[in-house]
Amino acid sequence: MSETTNVMLVGVGGQGTILASRVLAQLLLDAGFDVKMSEVHGMAQRGGSVTTHVRFGRRVAAPTISPGQAHFVLAFECMEAARYAHYLKVDGVIVANTRRIPSLPILIGHEAYPDDIENRLATRGIDAHWLDASGIAADLGNVRVENTVLLGAFSSLVAFPEDAWAQALRTVIPAKHIELNLAAFAAGRRLTQQ
Amino acid sequence: MKALMSGNEAIARGAYEAGARFASAYPGTPSTEILENMARYQEIRSQWSVNEKTALEAALGASLGGARALCAMKHVGLNVAADPLFSSSYTGVNAGLVIVTADDPGCHSSQNEQDNRYYARAAKLPLIEPSDSQEALDFTRMAFELSEEYDTPVLLRVTTRIAHGKSPVATGSRTEATAPAYERTMAKHVLVPAVARPRHAAVEERLARLQAYAESSPMNRIEWGSRELGIISSGVAYQYAREVLGDNASYLKLGMSYPFADALVRSFISQVEQVIVIEELEPFLEQAVRALGMGSERSIDGKSLIPRTGELDALTVALSLAPVLSAAKRGPADLSAPGRQVEQVVGRPPMFCAGCPHRGVFYELGKLPVMVSGDIGCYALGAMPPFSAMDTCIDMGASITAGLGFQTALDILRPDKPTRTIAVIGDSTFFHSGMTGLLDAAYNDVGVITIILDNRITAMTGHQENPGSGFTLSGAPAREAQLEAMVRAIGIEMIQTVDPFDLAQVREAIASAMSNPGPSVIIARGPCALLKRLAVRRPAYHVDQDICRRCKACLRVACPALYVEGGNVQIDAETCVGCGICSQVCRFGSIRQAGVAKDGDE
Repeated sequence: MSETTNVMLVGVGGQGTILASRVLAQLLLDAGFDVKMSEVHGMAQRGGSVTTHVRFGRRVAAPTISPGQAHFVLAFECMEAARYAHYLKVDGVIVANTRRIPSLPILIGHEAYPDDIENRLATRGIDAHWLDASGIAADLGNVRVENTVLLGAFSSLVAFPEDAWAQALRTVIPAKHIELNLAAFAAGRRLTQQ
Repeated sequence: MKALMSGNEAIARGAYEAGARFASAYPGTPSTEILENMARYQEIRSQWSVNEKTALEAALGASLGGARALCAMKHVGLNVAADPLFSSSYTGVNAGLVIVTADDPGCHSSQNEQDNRYYARAAKLPLIEPSDSQEALDFTRMAFELSEEYDTPVLLRVTTRIAHGKSPVATGSRTEATAPAYERTMAKHVLVPAVARPRHAAVEERLARLQAYAESSPMNRIEWGSRELGIISSGVAYQYAREVLGDNASYLKLGMSYPFADALVRSFISQVEQVIVIEELEPFLEQAVRALGMGSERSIDGKSLIPRTGELDALTVALSLAPVLSAAKRGPADLSAPGRQVEQVVGRPPMFCAGCPHRGVFYELGKLPVMVSGDIGCYALGAMPPFSAMDTCIDMGASITAGLGFQTALDILRPDKPTRTIAVIGDSTFFHSGMTGLLDAAYNDVGVITIILDNRITAMTGHQENPGSGFTLSGAPAREAQLEAMVRAIGIEMIQTVDPFDLAQVREAIASAMSNPGPSVIIARGPCALLKRLAVRRPAYHVDQDICRRCKACLRVACPALYVEGGNVQIDAETCVGCGICSQVCRFGSIRQAGVAKDGDE
C-alpha cells in the first residue's frame, strides 16, 4: 500500500467528477504508472453523491480506496468534503470547493445545510485547502469548469510538470473546450502554488 | 502504449478481436457499456433487444447460424434469460457464444445482490471471472475459443468494480473467425424430450472434459509468496487479497472458477500451511474447496471470516483476516490503523431532475388513497420523500402483474371498500416485460390502472434507445412502437394520453380511470429532461416574493431548482428548465415564468 497513492474525487452528480478523474488517470498513465480508477454509474447520477477512486503506483491491486487510506480527497462540494473526510489518511490533504449544493432533505425543508463544515474539518486537524472553484469558473465564463479549477489546485500538491497536465487535458477534453479548461486549470494551480 | 479501459470496454474489445459478428443486450447497470462499446465496431452487428431473454435467444440463434456472438446483461437480467440459458447448454453452439453477467455486490444500482456464479453450476456451463480490464479482454477472447472447442456457451462473470473499474490494457488486432457452415442438426438443436435426454448425457461428458481443461487452463494460476498462508480467490476479491497480504501469502487465482480445477486446488492446498478462501457474496469457491475434504489436515476458512453480504474492499478483508493471522503473516498494508470517525452530514440521495416528467405524476399519486405498484427505472424515486408514493418495486415488469394480484386481493377481501391499484411503469420497462402483464390484466379483466411513463428513452441506465424511441443502438432510425395501438390491441378499452407536465390533466385522467371498474391505461408522455433531442428548455420560473405566502407547498414537488434562503423560496434560474410543475402547485399564483404575464398583469 505504501507504494500506491490514493486520490478520491467526490461531488454531486453532474459536477464533472468523472471527467476530472479521467484527466488525472491520463496524466498518470502517460507518466508510466499502473493506474486503477473506479466509479459507480447509474442511479447515483440523479443528483446523488458521487465518488471516483484513482489509485496509482508501480503495481496497483485493489480498485477502490478504503477509509483512512486516501492521500488526497478532491471535494467538488462543501458537504461532500465532510462526508468523505474519513477516507483521508491521518496526514492526508483535502482540496475542497466552497460551493454548497443543497441535497433533497434540505430542498424539501426537512433539514438545514450545515454552516460549520470548514470549522468541523479544521477542528479535526485536517489539512484542507478551500477554494471557490465555482466562482472562479463562473468568472472564466462557465461554472462547469469548476472541476478543472479544482484539478489545477490539486496539481501543485503533486510532483508532475505543468505541461504533463496540459497534455492530459488536451487528450481528454474535446478541442472546442480546451482553451477554457486550460485557463481554469491555471487559475486553480495559482491558488495553491503560493 | 496501453490504454485505460473499463472492464466493459475491454470485454467489447476482446469480443471484437475474437471476430465477433453479433452482440445483443438489454441495458442494465453495471453491464450497459459493453454493448455501447460494441456498437463502435462496424464489423459487429450490435443491437438493443427488448429484454434479456430475447437478447440471449438472438445471440444463440446467431451462434447456431455461424456468427460469433456475445450477449450481455446485469445479474438480474440473467434471471429473465434463464430459460434460453439452460437450453443453450443442451443445444451447444456453432460459432462461439459468450454470455456476460455483470453482478452488483453492494446493490449500487440493483434490487438484490445475487451471485450468478451459481448459474454456471446449475446450467453446467464454464465460468470465467476476470479480475481487471486486461483479463476482461484476454479472457473474452479465450472464452470464444473455449466455446467453440467444447461446443458450449461460456458464462463470463464480472462485478461492478471490474465492469466499471478502469485499468491499463494492451490491445491486439482482430482475427476474423471462420464461420462454420450451418447444417441442420436436429439431434442437438431441436430440444424435444427424445433429443434432450441424450443431450443431458452429452452435457455431463462435456463438463468432465471442461474440468480437465480447467486443471491446466492459463486462466488459473498460482502466485507463490509465503507458503504459510494460501489464498484461493477469483475476480475482484483476488485484488483485495493481494492488496492486504502482498507477498506474505501464496495465491491460487482462479480465472476459470467452474468446473472446479480439483487437482490444481488439491496440489495448492497441500503446499501451504493455512488456507483462506476470499470471495465476494456466496461461498461458491469455498464449497468446492470443502468438498475436497482436506480440512482435517490444515485450517481452511472462508465465509466464517469474510462477509457474505455487501461489497468487499481491502479494509473489510484486512479486518476479517485479523483474528486468524499472526502479525508476521499480515501484509504490507497498514489498513487497520484507527481511521477518522465518519462526519455526520445531511444525506444526499438521488432525486428527480429539474424538468423530470415523472415529478408531476408522483405528486398526484402521493395525494391519493391508492396502492401504487412500482417498477424498475428512475421513477422508483417516487418512493422517496416527499412523494413516498409507492408500495412495491419488485422486478422488471412486476408493476402491472403484482398490481393485478394486489387488486384481485383487494377485490376479494374488501368488496365493501373498493380501493384501486395503480401500476407505474416506464416505456422501456413496458416493452421489456410489462406488455405481457397488461395482456394478463386485460384477459382476466382485473381493474388495475396502468400508467405508462413514456419519457421516450431508457433513462436510468444512461439514455439507451428502445423500441419506442425511434432509433437503434447504432443511432439509425427505427420503427417506432406505438404504445396506444399496442395497448388497444391487447384489449384495453380505456386509454388516455396525457401531458405529465400538466397536473390537471394527470389528475383528471386518474380520476376517470378510477371511475371505470375495468383495466385501463394512462400514457403520460413527456421526454426525459436530459434527452437533448426532445426536451424543451423554456424560460425559468421565479417566485414573486410580494405574492408568496411562504407556505412552502411548492417544496413538495422536490425540485433541485427550488431552495429556501432566509425563509423565502427561491428558484435557481440556471437549474430551472421551465417545466412549470411548481407553479401549478402554488395556490397563490406567485410562481411565474420570465417574460410570461399572468392574467391581469401588464
